[in-house]
Order: sequence, then C-alpha cells, then structure tokens
Amino acid sequence: MEMDLLQRFEAYVASEKKIEPKDWMPDAYRKTLVRQISQHAHSEIVGMLPEGNWISRAPSLKRKAILMAKVQDEAGHGLYLYSACETLGVERDDLFRDLHIGKAKYSSIFNYPTLNWADIGAVGWLVDGAAIMNQVPLCKCSYGPYARAMVRVCKEESFHQRQGFQIMMTLAQGTEAQKAMAQDALNRWWWPSIMMFGPPDDNSPNSAQSMAWNIKRFSNDELRQKFIDLTVPQAELIGLTIPDADLQWNEDTGHYEHGPIDWEEFNNVIAGHGPCNKERLAARNKAWDDGAWVREAAAAHAEKRAQRKASEESAAA
Amino acid sequence: MSPRFEYLLRLGDDALILGQQLGFWTGHGPVLEEDIALTNIGLDQIGQSRAWLSMAGKEEGQGRDEDRLAFHRDQHEFRNALLTERPNGHFGDTIARQFLFDAYAVPLHDALSRSRDPEIAAIAKKCAKESAYHLKHSRGWMVRLGDGTEESHGKIQQSLNGLLPYVGDLFVSDASSQTAQEEGWGVDLATLRPQWESNLESALTESGLERPKATPEQLGGRLGRHTEQLSFLLAEMQVLPRTHPEAKW
Amino acid sequence: MEKKQWPLWEIFIRSRQGLSHRHVGSLHAADAEMALENARDVYTRRQEGASIWVIPADRITASSPDEKDLLFDPADDKVYRHPTFYDLPDEVKHM
Repeated sequence: MEMDLLQRFEAYVASEKKIEPKDWMPDAYRKTLVRQISQHAHSEIVGMLPEGNWISRAPSLKRKAILMAKVQDEAGHGLYLYSACETLGVERDDLFRDLHIGKAKYSSIFNYPTLNWADIGAVGWLVDGAAIMNQVPLCKCSYGPYARAMVRVCKEESFHQRQGFQIMMTLAQGTEAQKAMAQDALNRWWWPSIMMFGPPDDNSPNSAQSMAWNIKRFSNDELRQKFIDLTVPQAELIGLTIPDADLQWNEDTGHYEHGPIDWEEFNNVIAGHGPCNKERLAARNKAWDDGAWVREAAAAHAEKRAQRKASEESAAA
Repeated sequence: MSPRFEYLLRLGDDALILGQQLGFWTGHGPVLEEDIALTNIGLDQIGQSRAWLSMAGKEEGQGRDEDRLAFHRDQHEFRNALLTERPNGHFGDTIARQFLFDAYAVPLHDALSRSRDPEIAAIAKKCAKESAYHLKHSRGWMVRLGDGTEESHGKIQQSLNGLLPYVGDLFVSDASSQTAQEEGWGVDLATLRPQWESNLESALTESGLERPKATPEQLGGRLGRHTEQLSFLLAEMQVLPRTHPEAKW
Repeated sequence: MEKKQWPLWEIFIRSRQGLSHRHVGSLHAADAEMALENARDVYTRRQEGASIWVIPADRITASSPDEKDLLFDPADDKVYRHPTFYDLPDEVKHM
C-alpha cells in the first residue's frame, strides 16, 4: 500500500505535476525541501547584511533609494521562502534558531566582505546573476508553494542584476579611482560567484535525488558554464578583466573554459572560516536578541486587547 | 538665503536625516516584517527629501541639485530639526522619534497640499499619503509598546521623555515660516502645534503613557546649530562624494 | 523565556478593480492591524490601490485533496499544520 503511494508519487512528479502541502509526500522529499528552502531563505536574510553595509554610504540619493529597495526586496524574498517552508510543517522561529546557533547553512558568498562601493555593483551583477540562474529553474520545481514563491522572487529579482551591472558600468567609465574600484571588486567577487553553483557534478552528494524529484532542474556544472558564458562578454563590454589567466574561448564547444576552482577555499568558508562568517551570524543574533522585548510586547498587547474585547462582549451579553 | 529656499531646505533635510537613520535598520529589525516596514518608511523619507531638495536647488538658482545639497553641505548648513538627528537607539527610540515627527508631518503635508504653488502642492499631496501611513505605523507601535509588557512600557516611556525636549524646532515660527504663510505657498509651522498636540494626546491615552513634566526645549536645528550626532552622521553619508568630488555615480 | 512566535496570517489581495481577492502568501503578525500593514509592505511593494484581506491561518478549514485526482492520504483539515513525518514501512525507507 505505502509502496504503491511512493511509486505513484514519483510518477506524478515525473509528469511535471505539482505537489501541494496536504498531499502525501515521502519523508525524505519533505526533509530535502525543508533544508533547501530554509537555506535559501537564510541566504536572503544574511545576504541583506553585506549590501546593507553600504546603504548609509551610497554616493547619491538615487543610489541610496535603489539600494534600500533592493535590500528590502531580499527581506521580502526571505519572507516568501520562510512562508513556503512553513507549509511543510516547520515554524519560522525554529528555522531562525537553527540559523542563529550556526546549525543551518546559508549561501557562503555572503561571508565575503563588501569593501568598496563597487562591491555593491559586483554583488548585483555577479552574485544576483548567479542566483537568478540557479533560481529561474526552481519556478518549475515540483513543490507548489516553493515554485510559486520563486516565481515572485524571480519577477522581483530582474532589476537587481541590472542595477548592479549599471553601477559597474558607471564606475568602469568613470575616474581612474572608480575604475580601480570596479576591477578590485570583480577580482574579489569572481571566484566566489563561480563557486555559488556548488561543487562539481561528480562530487555533489544530493543532486541526483533532487533532480529525480524535480526540485533541482539542472546540474551545478551546467549552470556554472552558462553563467560564465554569459558574464565574460559583459565584463569585456565594460572593459573589465576577469581574474582568471586560464580563461579562454573554445570554438569547438562554443563555451569558455575556465581555470581550476579553489574548492579548498569553498569548503573552508562553508565550514565557518570565511572572512565574515562570525560577523554575519553575530549581526543576525544581535538583531534577534535586541528585538525580543519588542516581539514580546506586541504579543502581550494583542493578548490584552483580545481579553478586553472578550470581557466587554460578556458584559454586554 | 531666500525664505522659500530656507523653507524647502527644512522640509528636505528633515526627510533626508530621518531616511538616512532609518536605513540603518534594514537587515537589523526585531522581526522580518518590521524590517521591511521600517525600510519602506525610510524609502519614503528619501523620496521626499529628493523632491524637496531638488526644488530647493532650483529655487536657489545656483545649479545645485539634490545630491549637491545632500552631500556637499557641512553640518552648520543643514536645516533639519534636532529631533530628526537624535540617535536610532533601540527600536522604541526610533519609533518614538518617528511618531513625534509623523504627528507633525501629517498636518504639515495636509496644509502644504493646499499651497498656492502647484509644485509644492503636488509634492505635498504625495507626501501626505505617505506620512498618514507612517503615523499609523508609528502610532500603532507606540500603543503596542506602551500597553505591552512592563519592560516595553518602561522603555518607550523613557524614549518619549528623552525625545520630547527636541520637538521645538518643528514649530519654530520665523521669517521663513511667516513669509510662507503670508504669501500662501506654505504654512507657518507654529500653527501645526495644536494638531500635533492632539495626535500626541490621543496616542498617549491609548498607550497608557504619560506626558513628562515639560522641560526647556532644545532648539537650533533650523538655524544650523545641531547636536554632536549630526556631524558623524554626515561624515558617513557624504564620504564617497566628498572623497571623489569629480566622480559621477 | 520568549513566548510563542506571532501567529501566521494568510494574505489575500485584490490587485485591480473587478478581480477577486487572490491568495498571495503568508506572514507573521501579532494582531490584525499589524498583519494588514505588513501585508501592504510585503506583498504590494510594486502595486497600487490594492485591497487586502488578512485571515489567521488557523481559522481556515481546507478540503482534503481530491482522491480521484490524486490518491494522497488526506492529512488534517488545517492548511498549515502538517505532521512533519509520515511513517513509512521499513522496506520503503531502505529503498
């Protein structure tokens, strides 16, 4: 009987149909989704920090407004994703707790610092660019609430990458100091962005099952290649140099070939030894702890008000 | 400085300094939903400051645009009310500062939307919608924190006590303010005080907070005499355009 | 020490006149006013003139999935309180 359910589930998913919260699903599918969606949500929230750093120093009022709107969007995206995750029977506070104690993962890219204004351009152009490439296929993933959240996210993300590229373009055409900022930012963000697609396919533990379940649609290497092929000409267009001496165009394959990726660095950052892991977690914890009295007050007020209303009603009756 | 330029700078600088301060909350709010709300209010403030400062620049006629005015003036040239530059502090401090300001901004924008100057009226109409929403938000939190727990009540009462001495700048009636009223393109800011008082009183009643005994008011923002905090705030805000004066961004 | 998190609200938005309210997602809020304000900030950042409904998630009663459409065992009747685990027989777990 249960065997039957599992087979029917897999056939159902394979036919590109959506699973909804109340539908039966295998335990491992649920767990994989909770892990993936919450990691994704955490990445949005932690991702607000490196960019949020520059809101106070944005060099024009227009840039300030755009950056605030962008970082705010990320809070919104985190919220959509936590909501999607909650349909799987977990609570947001529990997910937060796992993030705060360092148990839950988030995208390693946000453990790198934003050191100059051009980093805001590079993050939009490269990091959001890579994220979009990862996310667009998820709009078709098999779990309905996640797919719908991703449709919303992708729709709103479209301006993020453009504004980032526009910052880079403006800087690359600017003064010598601005050009140097732009190249410096590209030098520091290129490799971490390439790593965002995850380990190579022959070393990616969860990929096969996730692809079978339609919660992952393309392999890490496929997406990485696509990103490089799209991004290299963009860098050339604005006169910046990709920091990879081995990078070359291959006529036969129609793809760029890139130099070796430093997976040791990737693993170190994931293991908590990146430049900003501690700062990011400390900032999240501080915001949460500082906000405790506020959350308690609002809950207490709502309860008092409900009680007052109830006693008024009983007095009237 | 013409009375009109002065008046527009005051409007623009209040919004700018509040927007700059609210920006620090993005990513650090007590709950995700509130993070988004505070950022929204900050965004509105920045938007308002751009509109007023652009208009101020045109009024002055020296070719200064919104960014020139925001990033290339020193602290003594800023005309924001002292209230707006009080530090963010904890969430209650920020909420109380915003509430005291919103309770003034609502009647202000309402009056300005009836300005004889169509441009001022148009900007003010947009601002009026925004500030009505800001007041709803900040007032809602005054009530929640005032009524909530013993801890929150104590904290927000203290925030209020600390900030009330700084509201006087909002209602300064001087040549600029009086000219605005006489010529019909603006409102004498002193006339807004009764509406502000009634906004404050109703929120105090609902939140169970008390009005502290009146203390002498701290004034000076409208004349360019600020608190120590403003120079730090501007140093951070202005660092890039000041370091690279030739650059476009 | 801290009390349970704020309740979950389901958000429905009518984006233009003539269309009915549509479910857009959920959020947490301590009370209905806050839920409305948050819904405006979270779900209408790019729209104007929206009408918003907020409904406590635990007040919604949902139908069971249609059996002929899908087979899956009906869970409980609340939208968001799904058991985290469905026990499978051992042989399935070891597949």
